[in-house]
Amino acid sequence: MNIFNIISELEKVDADVHERLGYYSRRSLFNTLGKKVSAFAVPALVASSISKAYAATPAAIDVLNYALTLEYLENEFYIKGNGTANLIPATDKPVFAQIGKHETQHVAFLLAALGAKAVAKPNFDFTGKGAFADVFTNFKTFAVVSHALEDTGVRAYKGQAGNLMATEDKPLLEYALQIHSVEARHASVVRRLLNTKGFVPGVKGWITLNEGSPAAVYAGDDNTIQGGVNIDGISGKSKAAVTEAFDEPLTKEQVLAIATLFLA
Amino acid sequence: MKKMNVGSSEIEHTVDPVKSVNRRNFLRNAGLATMAGTVVLAACSDDDAPDSTGSTVDLGSGDVGILNYAYALEQLEAAFYIQVVATPFSGMTDAEKTLFTEIRDHEIIHRDFFKAALSTNAIPALEVNFSAIDFSSRASVLGTAKVFEDTGVLAYNGAGKLIKEPAYLLIAGKIVSVEARHAAAIRDMLMPNSAFFAGDDIIDNNGLDGAKKPADILAAVAPFIKTKVSGANLPTA
Repeated sequence: MNIFNIISELEKVDADVHERLGYYSRRSLFNTLGKKVSAFAVPALVASSISKAYAATPAAIDVLNYALTLEYLENEFYIKGNGTANLIPATDKPVFAQIGKHETQHVAFLLAALGAKAVAKPNFDFTGKGAFADVFTNFKTFAVVSHALEDTGVRAYKGQAGNLMATEDKPLLEYALQIHSVEARHASVVRRLLNTKGFVPGVKGWITLNEGSPAAVYAGDDNTIQGGVNIDGISGKSKAAVTEAFDEPLTKEQVLAIATLFLA
Repeated sequence: MKKMNVGSSEIEHTVDPVKSVNRRNFLRNAGLATMAGTVVLAACSDDDAPDSTGSTVDLGSGDVGILNYAYALEQLEAAFYIQVVATPFSGMTDAEKTLFTEIRDHEIIHRDFFKAALSTNAIPALEVNFSAIDFSSRASVLGTAKVFEDTGVLAYNGAGKLIKEPAYLLIAGKIVSVEARHAAAIRDMLMPNSAFFAGDDIIDNNGLDGAKKPADILAAVAPFIKTKVSGANLPTA
């Protein structure tokens, strides 16, 4: 099973697959509106459609809707998994119940922040077009998809922090960071479970090099250039340790390619 | 006065690309030679002369101050895990030793990265005070590790909005999620198969981790750092 191939094949047969993400559709709508209404009307439109607690730039709204799409994906995944009888062993239910609770809270939080600007939830296919056909009947497959979604979430939020640096977006930056670290906690515990259950022997709570499956989720995590300096070998430590010490971001395009696998 | 400061730093950030480039260069040009240099942190040296704490280390201001703040915290974490691995608590399993060794290495890498990146702007090595930690006790070690990792997450989450340079924000983001992974692993060791890895004691009703400002974090870790550290010049907004 080669996930890269599956994605590229998908893109060949379904050129507008990205357009099916609500995120893109909504952004287009937003851009169209921006062109048609006057420069004075746009801020009023934004102000009236976002919860009054937040003053955010259009770029930040884009980021929040992107985050919301990912949270929709995660939330529905755990609602289905936690609600499926005989999938999650009793001993592991507290972990996935807690993760699911947080994803539900993240969706609610982002919906409240975005108000009328929130994108709609897409329809999902958690079998990944058949790549994970037994996702809700085989706990191993469920846990593998879970860790992939969590690691994607960590890398996705990280990739957007720089788009939330405007003064008026600073509260949103802090909230995004507060979600980001929760996703990292989720990823860590599920990865540890994959090891202890023998599903992925040797996998750690942190990402080593670019190891992991689906490969697209871990692409580029073996980077050793930090702050413009190649720190491979720093402190006499192995490259594996150096890459574990830094989680790398994913671009929006990389994340959407991963998410597309799970779009119905 | 405060408003003037905010305004001037905004200008510096947005309309002075030369300064911005220089800041990035200071990371790129950071001498790798300094990375080989050992940072010696004396752990548990209870009998040191009090004059070693005579001077206060000022973290500095602006982004350099925030990076030094991170460097100080990474020094603390690295020193802790170096001691944990050097003097394992009785009954430490091989799996536990492996995990502590990995976390130790991550923290050493973080510490030495900041030292190299800050170069001549780096604060000196801090002297720690671990007299309150019983390194022979699993409960004491894991309990302290939990506090340090959760504190690291709170600190980076709270520092993010104080950073001006996007490249530094990204680096902080790359590190904070690793600290969160550590925190979850340590919590998982304390209470396996439970919600404690991201427990309701630390995650709020919106599913958010915490975020704390430097002044609060520095006060919280002060008992563990013998050297007096001042964050008086750090940005606050």
